[in-house]
Amino acid sequence: MIGALIMRDVRRGFAGAAWLPIFFFLLVSALAPFAIGPDARILSRVGPGVLWIAALTAALLPVERLVEPDRADGILDQLFVHGLAEESVAIAKTLAHWLSFGPLLLLAAVPAAALLALDGSSLARTELALLIGTPGLASLAVAVAAVTAGLPRAGSLAGLLLLPLAVPLLIFGAADAYLLEVAVSLLLSAGAPFVTGAAIRAART
Amino acid sequence: MTSLLRFEQVTLRRGGRLLFEDLDLALHPGEALHVTGPNGSGKSSLIRLAAGLLEAERGRVERSAFALADDRLALDRELPLARALGFWGGQVAAAMDALGIHHLSDVPVRLLSSGQAKRAALARVAATGAALWLLDEPLNALDADGAERVGRIVADHLARGGALLAASHQLLPGTAGTLELAR
Repeated sequence: MIGALIMRDVRRGFAGAAWLPIFFFLLVSALAPFAIGPDARILSRVGPGVLWIAALTAALLPVERLVEPDRADGILDQLFVHGLAEESVAIAKTLAHWLSFGPLLLLAAVPAAALLALDGSSLARTELALLIGTPGLASLAVAVAAVTAGLPRAGSLAGLLLLPLAVPLLIFGAADAYLLEVAVSLLLSAGAPFVTGAAIRAART
Repeated sequence: MTSLLRFEQVTLRRGGRLLFEDLDLALHPGEALHVTGPNGSGKSSLIRLAAGLLEAERGRVERSAFALADDRLALDRELPLARALGFWGGQVAAAMDALGIHHLSDVPVRLLSSGQAKRAALARVAATGAALWLLDEPLNALDADGAERVGRIVADHLARGGALLAASHQLLPGTAGTLELAR
């Protein structure tokens, strides 16, 4: 059941708007040279930070369709009926969300780095930081999606919840402090399924 | 004989309102219970309580493996019906045959009429082979043929030693016991 759920969510991720966050990510990266100016030295200095901000905002885009459609349609109730713990559902959804978002983002970081005049070694460092950080970001996105599921204007509320919680990832990711970033990402990945599970249970009426 | 569903002294309060108090019921293999009552009397809540989706304020609810159909379809709307039902597993083809929706196998779920969607939800339950069926308004939106088919699968289910708890305004064909909830 859990494997089928992961496959289903990945399929829905790609069938839906999987490309949208990626285009958004590229768009934000493309806007930075216009806002900052074409000076390659300045761009390559702020580039990694811009990539992180672009990644954070792109991660926000799919939040509304991660949990709410399944809650509204009774899928979450049926998964419970089939004996799946809410925390297992949360892990499956997080994994599926990362799969339909993480690899594409890592791929899109290559052209984005060219737009920001990043050289090879700083691209490699940023890619590694994104690889470490995106699982934490995906866990956070699913937890926030579950907490805000069914609320009016959930999208804006999700932004207010997610972005401050992602600040540690941003700080350590942009500073290439890999071990601290691993710690934060692990903490988020380990804690978020319990938050998500509790939120799914609390949303039942 | 072991019961498939048992309520012991169950009290349920929702939104500060007492829906029922100290309710006892037991469903054994082959038994069906029909829950009636006016709108807002707690029929759906009773079903969700039986499913474990609501917590009782007091009392105990025990159940065996079960399947649930309520007013939400729980099928992926973009998929063809047979694939959407296949996600939940079980004897999908036989269940679709029994409910007369086999010809809709390749039709996307979002294009189904409300009666066809109801049949699909019931096919999801019938396919599981679970011993206990919890059905909330199983006859809503169904035509005469649909109601007759539901009566037939319910009769088969009971004959195989299954049990049924149904909340409905219309009487399900073949169900014996009735529990009326007061407002």
